[in-house]
Amino acid sequence: MSTSTLTEAPPPVPQPQSPEQPVRRTVPTRRRLVPYLLLLPGILWLVVFFALPLVYQASTSVQTGSLEEGFEVTWHFQTYWEALQEYYPQFIRSLLYAGTATVLCLLLGYPLAYLIAFKAGRWRNLLLVLVIAPFFTSFLIRTLAWKTILADGGAVVGALDALHVLDVTNWLGWTEGNRVLATPMAVVTGLTYNFLPFMILPLYTSLERIDGKLHEAAKDLYASPATTFRKVTFPLSMPGVVSGTLLTFIPASGDYVNAELLGSTDTKMVGNVIQSQFLRVLDYPTAAALSFILMAIVLLMVTVYIRRSGTEDLL
Amino acid sequence: MTQKSTGGDVRLSGISKTYGSFTAVHPLDLTVPQGSFFALLGASGCGKTTTLRMIAGLEDPTTGTVFLGDRDVTELPPYKRPVNTVFQSYALFPHLDIYENVAFGLRRRGIKSVKKQVGEMLDLVQLGDFARRKPHQLSGGQQQRVAVARALINHPQVLLLDEPLGALDLKLRRQMQLELKRIQTEVGITFIHVTHDQEEAMTMADTVAVMNAGRVEQLGAPAELYEHPRSTFVANFLGTSNLIEAEVVESGGTGPGAEIAVTAGGGKLRLPAGRSSAGGGSVGSKLLVGVRPEKISLALAEEAGSVPDGRNTVTGRIAASSFIGVSTQYVVDSPVGQGLEVYVQNTEHRDGLAPGADVVLHWNPDHTFGLDAAQDRTAGTEKVEDAT
Repeated sequence: MSTSTLTEAPPPVPQPQSPEQPVRRTVPTRRRLVPYLLLLPGILWLVVFFALPLVYQASTSVQTGSLEEGFEVTWHFQTYWEALQEYYPQFIRSLLYAGTATVLCLLLGYPLAYLIAFKAGRWRNLLLVLVIAPFFTSFLIRTLAWKTILADGGAVVGALDALHVLDVTNWLGWTEGNRVLATPMAVVTGLTYNFLPFMILPLYTSLERIDGKLHEAAKDLYASPATTFRKVTFPLSMPGVVSGTLLTFIPASGDYVNAELLGSTDTKMVGNVIQSQFLRVLDYPTAAALSFILMAIVLLMVTVYIRRSGTEDLL
Repeated sequence: MTQKSTGGDVRLSGISKTYGSFTAVHPLDLTVPQGSFFALLGASGCGKTTTLRMIAGLEDPTTGTVFLGDRDVTELPPYKRPVNTVFQSYALFPHLDIYENVAFGLRRRGIKSVKKQVGEMLDLVQLGDFARRKPHQLSGGQQQRVAVARALINHPQVLLLDEPLGALDLKLRRQMQLELKRIQTEVGITFIHVTHDQEEAMTMADTVAVMNAGRVEQLGAPAELYEHPRSTFVANFLGTSNLIEAEVVESGGTGPGAEIAVTAGGGKLRLPAGRSSAGGGSVGSKLLVGVRPEKISLALAEEAGSVPDGRNTVTGRIAASSFIGVSTQYVVDSPVGQGLEVYVQNTEHRDGLAPGADVVLHWNPDHTFGLDAAQDRTAGTEKVEDAT
């Protein structure tokens, strides 16, 4: 589609017979069109594969009926209310798990990104490759591998048990009966593992951009290393913190693979509900309504978050 | 300049810095008197910035000691030294406004009410109206003044300036030179200024240390360095010098007024023995004889008789001339050397002084200086206009 549009604008043909004036006038017109032509492929893609499905889902969410009799748009907004009422525990769990995983990603990712940006020297590129190395294996396979890692009687569970960590996590309700698999901790661990690179890379990018002279200036102006980090490095890395947390939190809150493979029926997230409503229960309106509620919640949270972090102009 | 106690002198004792096998700074002894405006001048890579960074504490010296007054600060981290730096690229904190940038040092030292001081400092650098702007909203010259204010507000014992005007255009640089000089006179703090621009160093500093390849070549007041260079590097790096290879024919005595006579290209030249850094020299030894281009007068060859007696004279032919405005610069080829430079003030129109004309160069022997002939005659001639 885009090719036909692109060929509509011919390359400027030198017109020897006409004076300079008319040629000059056609060039700016072409220039004005160029940005739109460059946008076109992307816009078309988004319209076909994002905007149209979104409208379709929106209409599904206000339909009623059944698979046998067919669905019809009846503007039945009640579905939203019912879905929220029935599945609010899964919503809360989703946000809680995703939030915890995001915080863990930040705590694990920041020191690593800091090390790669400032201390790694010639190991920098190697470490960056290692950060993205997991992407060479499928997301599903990696998550399945965690099933083995966290398996009952495995080394990890044994070690945690021996260190009495499980006593604490049992008491907190993160694990149950000396097992890790099929507990909230397993799901959060999986989420943290899977989304960690999405936290590290933006953090690294924003840290790496900080001019080393600013650290020297801070030191020169009586800031100890800790104060330098608090007053200069961290504030300047805020764009990375914000984009990293968004890139982690948003997909994690809609994730269902980790809860499916590492969790139990007690750790179902909204993603799992949507998946089963769509594919097993075949209640399309409820599934669509749940999707929209999740989208609305995430959008609202993200907006408030960006406003409060004061990084609109940095993003 | 008002205080003359030794209590705040910066004293470097045997300080050096090596990176692997490369020696950036050879063991160096240097004393910067309190309240002076001191310049470290040299081409890029001569070790001047490394020296400055060792004073700031941003670089650990390989050997030697840094004293501030009587206090040994060699082991102190930068945030514990009463020294502040104006960085080459200013290094203003982009996430803080001008006010907070300037207040940064005070706040780190736990000073609560900074408003009055910050206000006064911003007024000193004439940026009172810009307190709430972010650094990127300011021009280069304004950012430069913020950098100065941010450092000065801490009343450091020493203010270090690392090529502070390097990023500014020529006109603004001139203006900021005067501005910095004014501020220094006003606050009376020791300024140590690193620059590759000899004009900048001479305009602002009371004392200039010319550095070359990790060593201080010569140290002194600007006029002293200019009039009495003691090495070819200094003679060439500060301004321009005509250096003539000559042989001593009459070694001077030691008393005042003693003169050395040399021959070069068949002619005889004289210079005061006191102006030869190579000493009186023995008859038959080599000597580099130097004279600044603006000290030389030009006469046409046919008017040679009008040259007063007692002046050093050299004959030659004009190879090129360029009209600069206030002066005309001539390049003269002569038996004593090719490409001698002569600057003549455009006070009156001179017919005949054109390329191809035979001329006599003459100057007062007192303006001649002598240098050790064992040095590289061209050292310091390749000037780097901008080190960045």
